[in-house]
Amino acid sequence: MTTMTTDVAANRNKHILSEHGHSDSVSNAVYGFWIYIMSDCVLFACVFATFAVMSHNYAGGPTGKDLFDLPYVFGETMLLLCSSVTYGFSVLAMNANSRKMVLTWLAITFLLGLGFIIMEVNEFHHLILAGHGPDRSGFLSAFFTLVGTHGTHVSFGLIWMLVMMYQVARKGLSVPVRSRLIRLSMFWHFLDIVWIGVFTVVYLMGVM
Amino acid sequence: MKNDMINIPGISHANFRAYLIGFILSIVLTIIPFGLVYYGHGSLSEYDILVSIAIAAVIQVFVQLHYFLHLDRSSDQSWNVLALLFTLLIIAIILAGALWIMIDLHSRMM
Repeated sequence: MTTMTTDVAANRNKHILSEHGHSDSVSNAVYGFWIYIMSDCVLFACVFATFAVMSHNYAGGPTGKDLFDLPYVFGETMLLLCSSVTYGFSVLAMNANSRKMVLTWLAITFLLGLGFIIMEVNEFHHLILAGHGPDRSGFLSAFFTLVGTHGTHVSFGLIWMLVMMYQVARKGLSVPVRSRLIRLSMFWHFLDIVWIGVFTVVYLMGVM
Repeated sequence: MKNDMINIPGISHANFRAYLIGFILSIVLTIIPFGLVYYGHGSLSEYDILVSIAIAAVIQVFVQLHYFLHLDRSSDQSWNVLALLFTLLIIAIILAGALWIMIDLHSRMM
């Protein structure tokens, strides 16, 4: 079933792109990755739905109003947003064939993303130490699941970014490396888009 | 290494201006909802704030899809957009269905 769907998509793309004489295999890989991202959207939708259902099940425990620190979350949001645009600059550097600038912007993006994860882990650490861990209430279980799933994605994005920095430094901007850089850019921007949902639904609506 | 070796719709048209516009719009659309929730409680009703931050979030999602992921209505992007629309349908069914069933159950158990 999966193979069949991929074949169909591949043929369609080939048809569309052959008119322009573009590189087919890279386009197919990028389209395939887009399909993966769409499936990841569905995963996040399920976790968001769970959170929406559980968001008032406090079990006598703390509410979002008691726990969330908006300026702190605003800081996290800015780090992730800046990292999204600095990754964009690294794609521009790739288009300009500047290996050094690609590496520089990737490194900056990595540090911003790492800052985001450190802030998030720090937040989780304080919540759990204060006894507000995922076992405290349905609301907190759903909170840790949703925010934690996003954080896990970002962490894997960071690992991927390290691998790409190594590959750019080692192999240069070859076609496969470019293809991977493009797919990582899609993944990274996608995570920023999911975070819009997280800070709106979890944090902003949580403290209201 | 020639650039046309890779010519992915969107990526090859990516430019500094688009990223900058997307970035500035995103910052504004982040500051507005945070500001409303942080400072707006005196002057605005809870409902108004809720609607405003929901609208700001939806606009920002479209801003980022357009300026960062380079989605548009060109024929290059039609398969990506089609996949996105199908995903939105699935997401709508999941979200609306889950909330409908659970809220209904909740009210029956009161």
